[in-house]
Amino acid sequence: MRLSHKTATLLVLIPLIVLAPIFFPSNFYYRVGSLIFINGLAVTGMVILIGYAGQISLGHAGFAGIGAYSCALMPVHWGIPPVAAAVLGAVISALLAWLVGRPILRLKGYYLAVATLGFGILVYMVLTNETWLTGGPDGMSVNDSGLRDMAEAVGIDLKNSQFWYWMCAIVLVIGVWLAMNLQDSPTGRALRAVHGSEVAARTVGVDVARYKLQAFVISAVYASVAGSMVALQNEFVTPDVAGYMHSIEWVTMTVLGGAGSVLGAIFGAAILTTLPQVLTAFAEYEQLLLGLIMMLVMIFMRDGLLPSIMRRIRGKDE
Amino acid sequence: MSALLSVENLGITFGGLRAVHDVSFSVKPGEILSVIGPNGAGKTTLFNMISGVYQPGSGKVVLEGQDVTGMRPDLLAHRGMSRTFQNLQIFQNMTVLENAIAGFHLTESGNLFADLLRLPGSRGRARTAHQGAMRLLERVGLEASAETNAGSLSYGKLKRLEIARALALSPKVLLLDEPAAGCNAVETEEIDQMIAEVAKSGVAILLVEHDMKMVMRISNHIVVLDHGEKIAEGDPATVSRDPAVIAAYLGTEAAEDADA
Ligand SMILES: Nc1ncnc2c1ncn2[C@@H]1O[C@H](COP(=O)(O)OP(=O)(O)OP(=O)(O)O)[C@@H](O)[C@H]1O
Ligand SMILES: [Mg+2]
Repeated sequence: MRLSHKTATLLVLIPLIVLAPIFFPSNFYYRVGSLIFINGLAVTGMVILIGYAGQISLGHAGFAGIGAYSCALMPVHWGIPPVAAAVLGAVISALLAWLVGRPILRLKGYYLAVATLGFGILVYMVLTNETWLTGGPDGMSVNDSGLRDMAEAVGIDLKNSQFWYWMCAIVLVIGVWLAMNLQDSPTGRALRAVHGSEVAARTVGVDVARYKLQAFVISAVYASVAGSMVALQNEFVTPDVAGYMHSIEWVTMTVLGGAGSVLGAIFGAAILTTLPQVLTAFAEYEQLLLGLIMMLVMIFMRDGLLPSIMRRIRGKDE
Repeated sequence: MSALLSVENLGITFGGLRAVHDVSFSVKPGEILSVIGPNGAGKTTLFNMISGVYQPGSGKVVLEGQDVTGMRPDLLAHRGMSRTFQNLQIFQNMTVLENAIAGFHLTESGNLFADLLRLPGSRGRARTAHQGAMRLLERVGLEASAETNAGSLSYGKLKRLEIARALALSPKVLLLDEPAAGCNAVETEEIDQMIAEVAKSGVAILLVEHDMKMVMRISNHIVVLDHGEKIAEGDPATVSRDPAVIAAYLGTEAAEDADA
């Protein structure tokens, strides 16, 4: 029997997550790991938007900002526990994505890219300028979520970095599971149909605008939860979480790894999260090398790293 | 029986070019109506207006007694209209099977949360669509290619895949824009038979086809377009004798033969 895409993806991902710590020389690596998982989560959402539905967004860090600041602000002002605030933040992100997406998703290609970029910058500016609420560029602290204490109460006693490694991993796996369910579902097929040919999708009855909006909203929720994870883990947020560089990074990770596949995008997230740490050895050439690697991958592996590598492996088998 | 679909004085202009002008006709259930005419006559444009891809500049499209002029294609699909494309519109990012399943969108799609959580309802609908799609692929002879990427299929096979996808909607009216283009004689014969079968099941069929032998064999009624205007219509025998048709159409056909 052939493995389904979903099973195969989870069978690769989960063992990697579980076994990786064996090779961690220090706690710092848990921290890098959780960063990969958070980016991986956002990027899984981007696969739904870019890979499935064929749309682009350069503003999704804006939703991460909303997720992050929900965790910071709601507990202080409304007395809502941070974890519930993350859920509420995701709801707010979904509503906002729905509102913004309706007019914006009529645009195509680079028009859409610019409009979403504008949205992201807008969120960033609000978080930076409304100092009375957000603390401005200096950021603000986030109340302890109490998750680690809860874990401790049931006998799971982990160092902070270890605890968040596993927390982020669990959220990522749930996110991947949902995205893989979606891919091979009626909705996923409709999204991919929109990607393949809008006019053909329409003639088989797909309400194209509605499905694009669904993909936009779902991916916004992924970004929002990723932002919340950052806030909960760091217990501190700055407007940087909504910075447009993050939006662009996510698109880059998605495309570099292989936009069509969740595993590929997470691979892209892992590479682009760890590469800068590795390249620090090259000091001032770090950014230069990073840019060069990105260019070379796109020139020689147009489908993204993972799909190209897989094809090469299969090609040798045959 | 009354008309299932009728087109009344339909017209559109593109920057001064009257691509289609004042065209009217109607099709009944089970009938095969062919639209013929030389290259650039406006056949595809006519299909695009009927199926809601283009907004008609003038005139009406009436489906089952209701004015559906310029209605969105996805809403027309709900009302039982389905079509194929002359310049293939395949979902290249999917397998052959998934393309066919996509044709079942109307019956397959349900609730987003059921899909995200892979609830039994979602799985059940997907399974039904999967089975229906496999049957259609068998019908068009593509069952062996089910798991292949649609992008890697030959042109003739893609044409058949589009027909399968269009049939998946269980349409009341089916628009086929050159379904046999690029197919060899055997394949053309098969498509020919399939169209006749579909019509026999009560579907109204609008057909654009350059293969005159096929058109004359299977059409109940023929509408001839030239420079966007209807220059003749009638049964195959009448139309093939019409001097205007011979001048407009067969003249260019002879020229095409000379080109080839
Ligand atoms: N979107 C468009 N914009 C401008 N002109 C168009 C457009 N679509 C079609 N036309 C023009 O309308 C005329 C009719 O084209 P159409 O494609 O309908 O012809 P056709 O009968 O289908 O020809 P063929 O047999 O080659 O398929 C042509 O002159 C074509 O250039
Ligand atoms: Mg045409």
